Amino acid sequence: MDDERIYSELTEIFRDVFRRDDMVLTPELTAKDVKGWDSFKQIEIMIAVEEKYAVKFRTRELEALQNVGDLARAVQAKTAAKG
Amino acid sequence: MTGLNWLPEIPDFRPTLRQAEAGAPGSWDILLKLARSRLDFVRTNAVDAALAAHPAPEFFGKAIRLAILGSCTLTQLHAGIRVAGLRREISVTIHEGDFGQYWQELADTGSEVHAFKPNTTLLALDAHHLAAGVNAGMSAADADAALDEVINRIRDCWRLAKGFGPVIHQTPLPVHPTLVGNNESRLPGSKAAFITRVNAALRPLAEAEGVDLVALDERAARDGLAAWHDTGLWHRAKQEVSPAAAPLYGDLVGRVIAAKQGRSSKCLVMDLDNTLWGGVIGDDGLEGIVLGQGSALGEAFTAFQDYARELARRGVILAVCSKNDEANALEPFEKHPEMLLKRGDIASFVANWSDKAGNIKAIAAELNIGLDSLVFVDDNPFERTLVRQELPMVAVPEVGDDPTDFPGILADAGYFEALAITDEDRERGGQYQGNRMREALRASTTDLPSYLRSLEMQLIWRRFDAIGLSRTVQLINKTNQFNLTTRRYTEADVQAVMNDERAFGLQLRLLDRFGDNGIIAIIIGKMQDEATLLIDTWLMSCRVLGRQVEATTLNLIAAQAKLLGARRLVGEYLPTKKNGMVKDHYARLGFTVTDVAADGSSRAVLDLADFAPADTFIEVREG
Repeated sequence: MDDERIYSELTEIFRDVFRRDDMVLTPELTAKDVKGWDSFKQIEIMIAVEEKYAVKFRTRELEALQNVGDLARAVQAKTAAKG
Repeated sequence: MTGLNWLPEIPDFRPTLRQAEAGAPGSWDILLKLARSRLDFVRTNAVDAALAAHPAPEFFGKAIRLAILGSCTLTQLHAGIRVAGLRREISVTIHEGDFGQYWQELADTGSEVHAFKPNTTLLALDAHHLAAGVNAGMSAADADAALDEVINRIRDCWRLAKGFGPVIHQTPLPVHPTLVGNNESRLPGSKAAFITRVNAALRPLAEAEGVDLVALDERAARDGLAAWHDTGLWHRAKQEVSPAAAPLYGDLVGRVIAAKQGRSSKCLVMDLDNTLWGGVIGDDGLEGIVLGQGSALGEAFTAFQDYARELARRGVILAVCSKNDEANALEPFEKHPEMLLKRGDIASFVANWSDKAGNIKAIAAELNIGLDSLVFVDDNPFERTLVRQELPMVAVPEVGDDPTDFPGILADAGYFEALAITDEDRERGGQYQGNRMREALRASTTDLPSYLRSLEMQLIWRRFDAIGLSRTVQLINKTNQFNLTTRRYTEADVQAVMNDERAFGLQLRLLDRFGDNGIIAIIIGKMQDEATLLIDTWLMSCRVLGRQVEATTLNLIAAQAKLLGARRLVGEYLPTKKNGMVKDHYARLGFTVTDVAADGSSRAVLDLADFAPADTFIEVREG
């Protein structure tokens, strides 16, 4: 799956989670940059991502995520591994 | 699976949500439509946020102030509960007690939970917390003692929480890995076995204490534990219930709350062609339809009929709504050997070529129940969409077109959630059959008095008693239409009436030549002063309207009131969205209306000195 598609799909998820239609994702974006992105929102995002791509992240993988770029790469790797 | 799969998808979810958020005219209807669509966790939270900006409209049922008390993280569940309330037009305000402080918060009358003034409590004690005191090295005696301690603690919590109102208890999920295996119960100190024992012990205890369960352990057995519990999330956030399952969790709680208010669905309305049998009876004929042994599809239709029949046996009313010539539609019921459902099982049978929304209205009118107590099952997506659009208050599950799925989807949707099954529920099917014979007699009798006389009615009254208590409370809490004051009472309230010498509570049963109609009316009278008896509660089943039961009941009330020394009766009418039919009830019975308030409520007086009991065709006796 190419980056453009992943970012566009992740943007949809973030817009639903944060209820902001103007939200734009960049690889550098972190929780600190977004109002309301706390640990609960983080769980909400990850559940939505897991449901969207029918994948399951391991505890280590979740803990390694630092920004949106990490998340996009993790989705890329997971979906590629699924084939 | 923990998705709300019986609800329809909304294709344009986000723009629809934005309309509601903007507070557009009709935004309540939009919010209701959103709440009644297939929401996942993220969308449930989004609808909840939009809901927060809207004060509950007055047509909503009794507002719930829910105290949630638990031992782990539960905040992820709030939105699902509020949206499940919205789905049922019930406003829910939530206060969550401090993590793990449930016992202190209940016991300490100065706590924040007490200050919140809840009217319902949800207790959610997680499996890790409950099994904290056991380990695999324990003796059987120590494990038994630990079980007693846990069960006693839960019971103590319930008894404290009952001071607030109804108590709902969420059973723990079987989250512990096994240590022994298939025969886990042989290790007394196994946490997994311990939680199994806790869950087994909670059933009879909840029944005895009048507490209603949200049976997550049973859901886990059906949906798979992984759908409900994510061990990683437990470690990260101490969430026993995964947020992914929160919409369903909320719906399970919402069902129990709605059932407690008597707002569960009452009637299953079924299409015929490709819903109760395969094929089209008008085209394929009796020999051509697919039903019963011989094919998997035929067996699936039979299994659905069996499920519907079992629902009927426990009190759900069955109806048919089909686009067919009536004679064709009836033929399988009368002649097909594999039909499990018979014509006599169907309380209202409508087969014609009119649109289904109109026919469903006619069914509700014939059965004298509200449209919001109907569930409509049809394999045809066109009909489902039409009925949803025309009658949004009718529940129309997304059953698909495979009869194999119908029973499971109906069960998952939980429309018919029941908290107490009374003998009356089990007999209701027979009562509706009796109704049809009465209708047939009416059609063959030319004038009303001779019809009524021929019914040979007997009104049998009793004071409230322990045997009838659960039925009395059920009627008080679910009767909406013929209910003058719609005052909802708990068992404790009803017992207080039983113990009050200056009051009486009457349960009325109606018999006629076609059978026993069951308890059809509840009356509570209370002396207000030396001479005045207030009719605090007068509610009746709509099944017995037009049969002089009202006037006969007034005769009985007057006689009972005189025994308490009353010289006059005072009746009140408190209007609700549903009880317009009894607005003029007291005036019709000869009372003088004395006050009418701006909100439509009224008071009426009857002087007992001038009162001449009405002469009716109903024999009255105590029994």
